[in-house]
Amino acid sequence: MKKCEHCSKPAVLHITELQDGSVEAHHLCESCAKEYLTQNSEPESVEVESSLSIDESDDSETSEAAPQEQPPCPNCGITFKEFRSLGRLGCAHDYSHFREELTRLIENIHSEVQHVGKVPKRQPDASRQQFDLIRLKLQLKEAIDEENYEKAAGLRDQIRQVELELRSSSPAT
Amino acid sequence: MNLDVLTQRSGEWLRGTGPEADIVISSRIRLARNLAEFPFVNRASDTVRAQIEDFLRERIEKLQGRRPLTYLRTSDLEPLDRQFLVERQLISREHAEDHGQCGVGVSSEENVSLMVNEEDHLRMQVLRSGMDLDAAWAEINEIDDLMEQEVAYAFDSQFGYLTACPTNVGTGIRVSVMLHLPALVATKEIQKVFQALQKIGLAVRGLYGEGSQAMGDFYQISNQVTLGKSEIDIMKSIKDVVAQILGYERRVRTALVKENRQALHDQVSRAFGILQNAQTISSEETMHLLSSVRMGVNLGLIDDVEIPTVNELFIQTQPAHLQKLRHQKLESAERNIARAAYIRQRLAENNPHTSA
Ligand SMILES: [Zn+2]
Ligand SMILES: [Zn+2]
Repeated sequence: MKKCEHCSKPAVLHITELQDGSVEAHHLCESCAKEYLTQNSEPESVEVESSLSIDESDDSETSEAAPQEQPPCPNCGITFKEFRSLGRLGCAHDYSHFREELTRLIENIHSEVQHVGKVPKRQPDASRQQFDLIRLKLQLKEAIDEENYEKAAGLRDQIRQVELELRSSSPAT
Repeated sequence: MNLDVLTQRSGEWLRGTGPEADIVISSRIRLARNLAEFPFVNRASDTVRAQIEDFLRERIEKLQGRRPLTYLRTSDLEPLDRQFLVERQLISREHAEDHGQCGVGVSSEENVSLMVNEEDHLRMQVLRSGMDLDAAWAEINEIDDLMEQEVAYAFDSQFGYLTACPTNVGTGIRVSVMLHLPALVATKEIQKVFQALQKIGLAVRGLYGEGSQAMGDFYQISNQVTLGKSEIDIMKSIKDVVAQILGYERRVRTALVKENRQALHDQVSRAFGILQNAQTISSEETMHLLSSVRMGVNLGLIDDVEIPTVNELFIQTQPAHLQKLRHQKLESAERNIARAAYIRQRLAENNPHTSA
């Protein structure tokens, strides 16, 4: 992941600036980008390519009806706030877990909220079992870190079981 | 695959053929995919990254595509070798800098590369010489179908293929075309092109990179929007825009030749003369001179060198390439000397007149 050119936080905004026929690319984190954009506030010369929406980001603290903080993703443990500062999601389930927030964000980025195009022939939707696997694998790692090997062994069996179910449920090709 | 073998040749996509190859260097299509049953790479521990890498490596090695792939575990390579793969456009800069276990499957012609554990679990790309998006799409789509028989991709019926960053979600496709636009740059018309492109949501980047100034008049045009449009529609918008830019660049080239043939001939001949004789030369100067020479050859002003040689020199005069060629680490000043020597040698051996 690219780092912000001003500090070491991950860059979430990629700005292309036009000046006298030359193009300059900037990669900035959310806070540096905000500063950068207010300094260079000539609207025509600056275009935010893939902003993770600057407007929205800080409103949560100021808006009257502070929206209910979403609980973290049960599979990977990421919170929406963490995602905002990292610019990267933690697992595929986050798209379901934070669907409402992400729909707004995705509309900002792509102007559309419905996928059109290629669809996998096999398993069009990630199944419950696949998300279970992410969670189980995370728990397995924790158990090993805690040196709780009995629990780890149980989890390993569960993982094998789910993997087996997954393989057998996919149509034979 | 022995990387030293690669230094002796160049990727098929540099051969300078294919439609519109006088202006279009290459067409590239990249697909971002993730496995449903693993967390995204940035959220994966070292152990889980290793699991993902093992899982995908095994499947990439068995893939029965039209080209056999060789798998390299890039995290085991020296930094110089990783930079070498970046210069050859087989892996991204981000991938080279990544920590944790990662790798890439490449075809021997170097036009297919499947990166494991970049920002997404799998980033697959196909490169073609010239303007050849349809062929690139046919091949990457086929590889994607083959992979899909072996793995369960993270997919959602609303958001499409799920990616670590929402900017890639949906199709996960990045369609890029690399253009050589010396006439538009020389006349400063390029600015209008950029403004028009940004209005329709396409990105423009210089050849070597993001963050650095575009060098040698090369620009990569690619889509930004990945959701809500089909792969075919995304390709079409790039094709339409490229067709217009090609027409524009050609008109300006013709006008330049008509108005000032002698000055242009002088400029490209001098550029060639410097490359043939320089004893030390920076990477930046090399890019600018090669760019001039490339235009001169395409306009029929000089015929002492062939386009594939010029294309190859863009890649082979970069830092990691020079160091691998010399089998030693070189400081910047030493590289400038090695670069000049290499260019002199290549231009002497590839001169169709002296060799005839
Ligand atoms: Zn910053
Ligand atoms: Zn998650």
